[in-house]
Amino acid sequence: MKLDTTGLESALPLFGANCQMVDGFTAAPAFDLPTTLDFDGFQKEAIQMVKPAKGTTTLAFIFKEGVMVAADSRASMGGYISSQSVKKIIEINPYMLGTMAGGAADCQFWHRNLGIKVCRLHELANKRRISVTGASKLLANILYSYRGMGLSVGTMIAGWDETGPGLYYVDSEGGRLKGPRFSVGSGSPYAYGVLDSGYRYDMSIEEAAELARRAIYHATFRDGASGGVASVYHVGPNGWKKLSGDDVGELHYKYYPVTPSTVEQEMVEVSGA
Amino acid sequence: MSRFSPYDNNGGSCVAIAGADYCVIASDTRMSTGYNILTRDHSKIYKLADKCILASSGFQADMKALQKLLAARHLIYQHQHNKQMSCPAMGQLLSNTLYYKRFFPYYTFNVLGGLDNEGKGCVYTYDAVGSYERVGYSAQGSGSVLIMPFLDNQLKSPSPLLLPAQDAVTPLSQSEAIDLVKTCFASATERDIHTGDNLEIVVLNAGGVHREFMPLRRD
Repeated sequence: MKLDTTGLESALPLFGANCQMVDGFTAAPAFDLPTTLDFDGFQKEAIQMVKPAKGTTTLAFIFKEGVMVAADSRASMGGYISSQSVKKIIEINPYMLGTMAGGAADCQFWHRNLGIKVCRLHELANKRRISVTGASKLLANILYSYRGMGLSVGTMIAGWDETGPGLYYVDSEGGRLKGPRFSVGSGSPYAYGVLDSGYRYDMSIEEAAELARRAIYHATFRDGASGGVASVYHVGPNGWKKLSGDDVGELHYKYYPVTPSTVEQEMVEVSGA
Repeated sequence: MSRFSPYDNNGGSCVAIAGADYCVIASDTRMSTGYNILTRDHSKIYKLADKCILASSGFQADMKALQKLLAARHLIYQHQHNKQMSCPAMGQLLSNTLYYKRFFPYYTFNVLGGLDNEGKGCVYTYDAVGSYERVGYSAQGSGSVLIMPFLDNQLKSPSPLLLPAQDAVTPLSQSEAIDLVKTCFASATERDIHTGDNLEIVVLNAGGVHREFMPLRRD
């Protein structure tokens, strides 16, 4: 099949100086085709690369009073919002939380599996709670064994154990990182901006909750794949407690109230004529 | 060369609405493949337990296999526990069943409807690999993108994630909910080629199961 390249023929040369380039252009017009065997598949792959990965915003950070965990609640299937009320902070057990980013089914299943098979069994077998280090390591090992098979999990395990507050980032590539501050998802760049600039180790619980809430709000404002309700949880020495759940649309008007402006000329009703 | 695909999409839409003491589950009865209609009276609704009904759209062969598996698991549960499975329990079972085929999924988009342990209506909505959520209403299938915005407009209630918690009950009566469902499908039939022919509505409440049919456009 001969490609119709009439649209590529240019009437005028692009640059006067670089004759070599111009000659090549006017002489043989052609699409730049990638040298692959599967041209259609390559196109699809290219689109997949640009698609926002893990449409969500979750964050967690350690501070003086424990761990603060926050997330949005939007689930998207391509461009369709499949749900605005997804629980992205999963209660693994009364003192450990996991966040959900990536494939919803993957996160739901593996967190539940972690809570039942790993954490509860460990407690029963060893007569003591499992540490955050241990739980995150076991989850990371499980996900590593499925590496390359298409699981999509970007999770943070947050909890309080004998060594104090703990926070780990675990993903489906097999990565596991210990750290004081993480944000995961397509909205994470926006959340990091607010979180990193406002963070101090010695904050009170209310200040930390407000920082987390604001970071999620700003991410939902700028990222189309994040939205719904911003949930904020705190993990302390006695376990986790849900601090707030606010609709991000209402948060917007709370942070940026509409100020009534002076009216220059009011519109009046015109009697029908 | 077109590679063999193990899947096919037989089209159709399913809807479920949960009320204070009832649950309405409905789906159209058209089964199609591509632009062809295979049959006009194929039911997508299946009763799994006394208080639990499954509606699935997507690939009907996978739907059939899934129904058989869940029915068998329910029978085992009844033998072991001497009682019927509750809707929340069946909800979790369906989620796990779907996830066990994570690497060769059931191509079904399911909605599970029924009554919970307190007798209140409950609806669970699923994706193809088992992620699920309890909601007040849901639509799945080829007409879902047309039906969901309409249900959001009529039924949307404060999110269960809000704290302090706000009351989130569908204020509709049973007959109002049935009328709403009929409206949904009449509209979806207008604009979705895979939805039409006949509408099957199943209502589950304390008095039992009630089934009715309504003709839809056959074009």
